[in-house]
Amino acid sequence: MTFRLGVDVGGTFTDLLLVDESSGQTYMAKVPSTPEDSSIGVLDGIDRICNESDIDPKQVAQVMHGTTVATNAVLTRKGAKVGLITTKGYRQTLQVARSFCPGGLGGWVSYNKAPLMAPLELTIEADERMGADGEVVSPLDADTLLHDLKALAATGEVEALTICLLNSYVNGAHERAVRDVAEKVFTDIPISISSDVVPEMQEYERTETTVVNSYVRPQVSKYVTNLKSSLEERLGDDVNLAILRSDGGLASARAAAESPVNMLMSGPAGGVAGAMYFCKRGGFENILTFDMGGTSTDVALIQHGEARIRRETRVSDITVRAPSVDVRTIGAGGGSIAFVPELTKALRVGPDSAGADPGPAAYMKGGEAPTVCDANVVLGYLPSDVKLGGAMTINRDAAEKAVQSLADAMGIELMAAAEGIVKIVNESMLGALRLVSVEQGYDPRDFALVGFGGAGPLHVNALGILSGAWPVIVPPGPGVLCAYGDATTQIQDEASKTYVAKVEDISADDLMKELGVLRDRAGESFAADGIAADQQEVAYQADIRYAGQAFQLSLNVTNEELKAKGLAVLTDEFDRQHEQLFTFAHGKDHEIVIIRAVVKAKSSLTADLKEVSGSATDLKDAVIHETRFFYEQDWHDASIYEREKLGVGTVVDGPAIIQEMDSTTLVLPGHAATVDKVGNLLINPVKGV
Amino acid sequence: MTAQIIETNSMPWETADVDAVTVDIIENALRNVREEMDAVLFRTAMSPGIREQGDCFPMVANKDGKMVVGQFGSFIHGFMEAYDGDIEEGDIILTNDPYMCNAAVSHLPDWIVLVPVFNNGRHIAWSAMFGHMSDNGGMVPGSIPIKAETIYQEGIRIPPTKLYKKGVLQEDILELILHNVRTTEWNRFDLNALVAACRTASKRCVEIAERFGDEVFQTTMQIMLDRNLEAMRAIIQMFVPEEPSYFEDFVCDDGVGKGPYKIACTMWREGDVAIFDFEGTDPQAKSSINFYMNEEMFKMFFGSFTINLFDPHILFNDGFYELVDVRIPQGSLLKPNFPAALSGRTHALGRIFDVMGGVLGQGAPDAMNAAGFSDSPHLFYSGYDKKGEWFQLFQIGFGGIPGRPAGDGPDGHSLWPGFTNVPNEFIEAYFPLRIVKYEPIADSGGAGLHRGGNGLSVAYEFLVDGDIAIHDDRWLTYPWGVRGGDPGMRSTKRIERADGTEEWLPAKCDGVKVKEGDVLYFNTWGGGGWGNPLERDADLVAFDARRGVVSSDGAQRYGVVIAADGSVDTGATEKLRAEMAASKVDTGLFSRGGTIEEIKARSMEETHLPAPEAP
Repeated sequence: MTFRLGVDVGGTFTDLLLVDESSGQTYMAKVPSTPEDSSIGVLDGIDRICNESDIDPKQVAQVMHGTTVATNAVLTRKGAKVGLITTKGYRQTLQVARSFCPGGLGGWVSYNKAPLMAPLELTIEADERMGADGEVVSPLDADTLLHDLKALAATGEVEALTICLLNSYVNGAHERAVRDVAEKVFTDIPISISSDVVPEMQEYERTETTVVNSYVRPQVSKYVTNLKSSLEERLGDDVNLAILRSDGGLASARAAAESPVNMLMSGPAGGVAGAMYFCKRGGFENILTFDMGGTSTDVALIQHGEARIRRETRVSDITVRAPSVDVRTIGAGGGSIAFVPELTKALRVGPDSAGADPGPAAYMKGGEAPTVCDANVVLGYLPSDVKLGGAMTINRDAAEKAVQSLADAMGIELMAAAEGIVKIVNESMLGALRLVSVEQGYDPRDFALVGFGGAGPLHVNALGILSGAWPVIVPPGPGVLCAYGDATTQIQDEASKTYVAKVEDISADDLMKELGVLRDRAGESFAADGIAADQQEVAYQADIRYAGQAFQLSLNVTNEELKAKGLAVLTDEFDRQHEQLFTFAHGKDHEIVIIRAVVKAKSSLTADLKEVSGSATDLKDAVIHETRFFYEQDWHDASIYEREKLGVGTVVDGPAIIQEMDSTTLVLPGHAATVDKVGNLLINPVKGV
Repeated sequence: MTAQIIETNSMPWETADVDAVTVDIIENALRNVREEMDAVLFRTAMSPGIREQGDCFPMVANKDGKMVVGQFGSFIHGFMEAYDGDIEEGDIILTNDPYMCNAAVSHLPDWIVLVPVFNNGRHIAWSAMFGHMSDNGGMVPGSIPIKAETIYQEGIRIPPTKLYKKGVLQEDILELILHNVRTTEWNRFDLNALVAACRTASKRCVEIAERFGDEVFQTTMQIMLDRNLEAMRAIIQMFVPEEPSYFEDFVCDDGVGKGPYKIACTMWREGDVAIFDFEGTDPQAKSSINFYMNEEMFKMFFGSFTINLFDPHILFNDGFYELVDVRIPQGSLLKPNFPAALSGRTHALGRIFDVMGGVLGQGAPDAMNAAGFSDSPHLFYSGYDKKGEWFQLFQIGFGGIPGRPAGDGPDGHSLWPGFTNVPNEFIEAYFPLRIVKYEPIADSGGAGLHRGGNGLSVAYEFLVDGDIAIHDDRWLTYPWGVRGGDPGMRSTKRIERADGTEEWLPAKCDGVKVKEGDVLYFNTWGGGGWGNPLERDADLVAFDARRGVVSSDGAQRYGVVIAADGSVDTGATEKLRAEMAASKVDTGLFSRGGTIEEIKARSMEETHLPAPEAP
């Protein structure tokens, strides 16, 4: 028997999921995270899960891991000191940052720039120039560079080095030449070059991306190396560690340490992967994911069982050119604080959050400001009269007091204020869902809506009503779904290049040849990790647009299609999608901008995970408490059920609350939840109500 | 003349009872609508001007034409007065003529699309958006001819015209218009994109109305307008004293030998109403630098500037217009008589922000900024590339944001919301030029406790023969400093010819021939400094020097002497600071670098260009 282990390290808890690869049997554990060194929490968790399940740790062959170590380095601005080498005349590319001032008219009045990730005092120029056509305009002055590099090294401050030269996306020869010189001076720090990390046009974006890679690289590399060696100690030398990338694929530990810029959205990608896993098996290929946590909410759109991949990743105010699952994050969650500005008397929720400390007022840890969580308590959605699985005590009086202060400021009743807070926050969530659906030309009513994360199952029924996306799905283990995602995905890598060619100027053969080169490049890292060619699956993509447009679409294409239909297979599909998105198509002047090969390793997981059993339950046996909650200006009596006791086919009529280890699902009046064959709760409106 | 809106449902409007939370929800939904308009436009537009630089502005207005979301105020009123005809569901209106829409757009290259939104047979709202087209025909590529003396020379004038009639595209009209511009395909795409953005907004408005009810939607928009009214009433009381304050600033020249042109503004308050009177502004120019200023647009500038300081979350709108009275003398630079040329209005438009800062700042010196990058200078480069294909590049310049109470001004940034530069790699890939340098200019920002942001030096090497045109300003008058801060450095345009000669180009010129291998150094100006530079932390000045944003010599403007190792020479610094403090002349609130007469007298020597004659 072999086992695989999914591990998700979050800010508060580390979630683990152990899977028997042949039977699909799963074991779960939740242990406190250890932010000073996350690997301690991971090892604690492994001990716990192996003890409880009585499994020999040496049987674990693969550890699949979602980590926020790169994300946190960026968020807390605690990454490495990065040195940067640019083309002469471009030393301040990051300082200018495309000249953009955020905010509306007059936004510049209050805008202060964050410090650069590669500070100007550690940025030097290389005297060289590459043309936009890839021809050398002037060669590299290596002597001057060596001299300047020595001066840079003499500062003793550089912990990681980045090289980004103009037009290197066409020809990286000068970047490699600079690296050769730099390696003589900087012998023991990582060096990232832009033509390796992201060979795509646009100097600012490419520089920023490569710099962010350098910025997080020492930390990620140390973390991965430490984790790998402790895992080997505990689980045996042959254990395989893989890390979840932002685009939802897994990278080997080695690849992750080299290109950590690809890990910035590792956390949210795990949730999306987990949601996809359960929904696909439940028969839902088109879903909107709704992952609501304490301070933020992530949403994504999945069509035909595949997540949309965006060619950029955004973490707070940093945007990099790295592929990520098209997850939109908004700064509102259960901990978001509601307030009333004095001049306008409007009700605003967020972006400030009570976070874990002091937390919502109801948690009695010092928080006094009214949060979304407090409103949920006041409304009875989060029951205060029954102990929650997470053992967190909830104090209704404290929540009431906090929400009352806001009600007074607005001059309305307590319950109206509480319902107002929840409605406002739901509206922002709807805005996020619209970003990934309506704005991309998709009708949310064609999708199912999947709620998970700490607060998702509480709000998702209401979001179903607002968006018209049915059924609403709450998958098994909504609080630990990321660990499910980690455990159920495949190793993946890709190679891409900026191609920029008018479709009319090239042939399908030209394209296939270039794609073949990329496939070989992407396959190299698999070879380095010992994955044989027959264990690999390849997919090709071309990013296409009308010449001159900023918008582009990544279209999948196969060699067979190209052979059969030629390049029209791309241009026709582009016209079709453009029309769907924007109501018009141009029909000519297509341009291929970037081409890409994505290689995946075939999965070794042969059995489906088992999360539910039995048949329809007598509901009386699952009731743990009777309660009531407030909805649409009225109180409703409701039962609280224990989810573990609900077998396949059980129907729970709303109003009801379904409780499990770390999550609470709210079923609103006029709706009913059904347990499907894989354990999902499917919530639908009840006809005739 | 007034337009008639034809509704098939004559049910009168009633005021609905709307609770506060619903108002906030609809406000959120409308905020999303505006963002979606931008998103649709950016992704579908074709020209670099709209696509990369974001030179475009969306709006949603209520049925009465009051802007509920947007940035530049409502264009609807002017249009409704100017258009004589019926407006029906499915109509989409296009115009670009400032004289036909009360200056809702202020020059011909800005094309504006208006869509009346209907639901259940009643007119419920407007969506509108304008964008800067790459070309509008006329005398010069890019359609901003400096020497134009009438608007007839500035390309095609589109009076308010139905581009779509009851949902049907008027193809003949579209082709007629596009036939008159040099960049037909870019304009076609960009116009499509504007229409798509407005249609999206219309669809969203209908969805909101369907969800909450037409009356609730209508009443809510009124409540949102009232919220702004009340907020602005308080703000005007805080910011605008009853005692008049006066400020004047300048557009340096008109490109045909006259200048500087004065923009004068007096501000005072009578009861709740703030009055801005531009009496004393110089008469209109003979060339195209006139800025036909819409009074309501000015109100919007004023409102969004001040409200940002109090509730940045508010969805800013038109609701407060009755609290502001704007008076502009007819025949002046800001309200020229038809058919004066208008295409080069960008300098006066930008300078309005400095004028507003200067006049408001006297009442609230704690909140005031120095003079900023109050412009968007242009470079045009056009000709035939080596394959014989026509090319036409339009580049916007960026410069120094001023020193502000909030801190130092960013270097090489934009004053306009949403504007970004075009990536140089993109330009090099698509146009026959090489950008040899793209770098902020050390010391160009005015010294101050908070320094002004640095201007930008862009060196363009032309790879084929062609024509260039330049529209720039602040080459003569200085971006002023405030509260003891120094003025920023002015702009220059110098061309190094492949044959080894050198030329200083005037700030406004077109039809300048360039040859392959010529290099143009387009240097924009820095922002003014804020506060006394001698009070800036000396270590911070040394840090700026290590970063290369201030030079070692430039550090002396702060009274800081940098030692050989890059650290502060404490003894020498103390001594220098004491000397400078003793000899520092109190210039009052503003440091302008001299009177206009003094600046003009030094012009040839300092700028290599003759001083213009008084207009």
